[in-house]
Amino acid sequence: MSAVYILIGASLLVAAGFLIAFLWAVKSGQMDDRVTPAYRILFDDEPKNSESNNNSSSQTHDQEKKEHN
Amino acid sequence: MRTMPAIVDTVEDLVCYHCGERCEDGSIRKEEKYFCCEGCKLVYEVLEENNLCTYYNLNDTPGAAKREKVAGKRYDYLDDPEISEKLIEFKSDQLFKLSFFIPSIHCSSCIWLLENLYKIDERILNSRVDFPAKKVFIKASPTIKISEIVEILDSIGYEPRLSLDELEQKDTKSLNKSLYLKLGVAGFAFGNIMMLSFPDYLSITDSVESFMPFFNIVSVLLSLPVLFYSSSGYFISAFKGLKKKYINIDFPLSLGIAALWGRSIYDIFVLHEQGYMDSFAGLIFFLLIGKVFQNKTYEYFNFERNYKSYFPISITRRGKNGHEEVIPLSKINVKDRILIRNNEIIPADSILINGIGNIDYSFVTGESLPQVKEKGEKVFAGGKQTGGVIELEIIKEVSQSYLTRLWNDFIVSKDHDSGLINFSNVVSKYFTLGILAVALLGVLLWYQAGVVQVLSIVTAVLIVACPCALALSAPFALGNSLRIFGRNHFYLKSVKVVENLSHTDAIIFDKTGTLTENQEIDILFVPEGTAGNLNLVADGNFHPNLGRKIEDGSAKTVRIGDLAKATFKNSLHPLSKAIYRYLSEFEDLKVDSFMEYPGKGGEAFITGRSVLFGSPAFVKGENEKSENLEKSENSEKFVKFENLEVPENSARSEKSEKSEKNEINATTSVTGSKVYLSVDNQIIGYFKIENKYRKGVQAILKEVKKKNEVFILSGDNDSEKENLIKFADSKNIRFNCTPVEKMEIIEELQASGKKVLMVGDGLNDAAALSKADVGVSLSDDLMNFTPASDSLLHGDSLQHLPKFLAQARSTMTVVRTSFVISTIYNLIGVSVALAGLLSPLFAAILMPISSISVVIFTTLGTIFTAKHNGLKI
Repeated sequence: MSAVYILIGASLLVAAGFLIAFLWAVKSGQMDDRVTPAYRILFDDEPKNSESNNNSSSQTHDQEKKEHN
Repeated sequence: MRTMPAIVDTVEDLVCYHCGERCEDGSIRKEEKYFCCEGCKLVYEVLEENNLCTYYNLNDTPGAAKREKVAGKRYDYLDDPEISEKLIEFKSDQLFKLSFFIPSIHCSSCIWLLENLYKIDERILNSRVDFPAKKVFIKASPTIKISEIVEILDSIGYEPRLSLDELEQKDTKSLNKSLYLKLGVAGFAFGNIMMLSFPDYLSITDSVESFMPFFNIVSVLLSLPVLFYSSSGYFISAFKGLKKKYINIDFPLSLGIAALWGRSIYDIFVLHEQGYMDSFAGLIFFLLIGKVFQNKTYEYFNFERNYKSYFPISITRRGKNGHEEVIPLSKINVKDRILIRNNEIIPADSILINGIGNIDYSFVTGESLPQVKEKGEKVFAGGKQTGGVIELEIIKEVSQSYLTRLWNDFIVSKDHDSGLINFSNVVSKYFTLGILAVALLGVLLWYQAGVVQVLSIVTAVLIVACPCALALSAPFALGNSLRIFGRNHFYLKSVKVVENLSHTDAIIFDKTGTLTENQEIDILFVPEGTAGNLNLVADGNFHPNLGRKIEDGSAKTVRIGDLAKATFKNSLHPLSKAIYRYLSEFEDLKVDSFMEYPGKGGEAFITGRSVLFGSPAFVKGENEKSENLEKSENSEKFVKFENLEVPENSARSEKSEKSEKNEINATTSVTGSKVYLSVDNQIIGYFKIENKYRKGVQAILKEVKKKNEVFILSGDNDSEKENLIKFADSKNIRFNCTPVEKMEIIEELQASGKKVLMVGDGLNDAAALSKADVGVSLSDDLMNFTPASDSLLHGDSLQHLPKFLAQARSTMTVVRTSFVISTIYNLIGVSVALAGLLSPLFAAILMPISSISVVIFTTLGTIFTAKHNGLKI
């Protein structure tokens, strides 16, 4: 039965992981605009030149978050 | 994709490929695409050049109408270090970041285009749109200047709004963020503590007895962040309330929270029993959900706008040696010469030096037509120039100008947080006293059982009496009504406004721009005179007066309307333009010659006939005639075709507030103006200019009059008196009110115990709106300028005002009812506690049941009443 100690510890760790993910998401501003991403996902990528651009834009977005933190 | 027909039969079918406006004719085109104006075509060309035509595939006609090509708009001033410093949010060697507010963002095409700015200029590294906030966040390399970015935005039809206020705006989101963080922590703790409490719920604690101390200790650890972080707001608020010597709802809540936690600690560590940690974390979790619901506000509407959000950041000054320089508005001084271009706003009271002013005061007074000003005349801050460039000499500093002074002196921000009148806080005071009395009763009842037992009873009472359901009912009922109001285009600043709205018993309406349409006027042609030897013959049913044909045998037969149309087409006066639009159904005639006499009117020769228009004195030609006329119709204003005549009583002494205001209104008001028309020296009649009332105004006023005292305060003259008497008691209609007088009337009403709701629109209502218990800013474009107030109402939704008031009252009834329900829960709990039977399990069941049932009741209650009151839900 002493496995319960480990199990509860593990479950708390998992739950804490989600809590930290949530706190990070709120703090980094992911919840600030809940409308635009819904539109953005519907835009078709243009085959010719957009792929590299999209990558670079998401990279810069990550950078921005780091700067925020 | 839409294709245009190759052969276009009627020009009416043509809509602009860019913005969807109707094209006047098919003359502006590029390949098979037609445009309404050069501005739209230009935007299209820029996008086509940069391979950005996906913009037009995502939505039909996604553009915002440009209307006119603003040539050479200059943004150089943005590169001024002082201004650019305020604009730039972050700067490094590789990039800088800044954001712009762009009011014209409205669809997915806008998002797509603005996020593809890098295709137009690769120095813009990345751009992101926040759609609801109508903002674009731009990252650019330092090689590009801010002015260049703004020029790009402008060239594709997304001109950012740049104002002093925009620069000084603070981030308001941080408060909401911390609430979500607290909620997350509380939710996490709640779920885990509940899991650890399962043995207790299932009554199997005996079989897992060896684990119970471990479970309890983990629960205590989990409860710590909830106590010190998540619930901190309640303790702080209760403490603040006590400091101000009143008991708010957070006081009994804090008492309950503290008792719950303290008792659990005692039970766990001293008695080695189950605590109430699950109830504790759950309580905080539910309370915070209520708070999130209550704090849901319309972040993207600005309720605090002042003149700063309206005035530009910078202004073009003409230096002594004649060269132009762009300087920040704050650096401007009296006697400076400034240049105001088309669509720019006059920042300070000044004298017109050069050019013809065509000044639109609609933001200030709600008046619809622009006002013509000539050299040497005074112009007031807040007007917007339409037309050519004018040169002004400043006579008062920005902060000393009439409107700004009004703002600085009289606008007091209401302290919305004091909440003394707040219903739930009043209730909570008695509630707290009640709890303390019951707790005392418990002490007396269990006096003989010893200190430990007495303490356990007292804490049990405090725990179950914690007004959790009570604290939730108001946020959910008010919050839900706030949401319903928003659906019906009535946006409240906070839930407290709902409560204030329900107490309203006096309603004040501004006239111009509120009861009347802002941008529209009614024109009426009234026949007058005998027409002499002009034999007028009716032309069927077509326009009984203007459609009459002149048949005197001599020249070509024409209709009066045709003559008038051709005449007014040539006149530059705003009134003439309005009349010309009114006459659109008539035919175009060739004009042989045209003369305009500023200040009087004009004369045209068409098909051999002479047509005169303008003030009666001018049109009637003879002095004695006009004198008679003026005597007989003294109360009415005539159009003086340069300046609408200023009533006698406001002779231009600029000393007093009253005369200054009269001047501003008299010079802008066209209500009741008359433009006379004569053909071959025979008076035919006059065009009467009237305000156009909003749809259903009479019905609204009739409806609200049943339960409220209704006032109409107009800054205008009394030419509309007859119309307004239909709407309200004549003793409640006041004309020629200064902004300060409007405010004083509200003060008087408040002194006599009335709760006043004020509906207004212009800057001149700002003082009154801030003074009223509920200030409602009416606007047809809410993203545009509205004066600071408690709520924003879309112009089309004014007709729902009675429904909004009814819904506010119903909401408060729902709140009261739910208070009764939650009190019943508390009574049950308290009697159990007094009997000494409160177990952790009982608390864990009663608390969520009472909270959830109250939440369901209030939500359904407000939805039901909204349906009943005829509102969209």
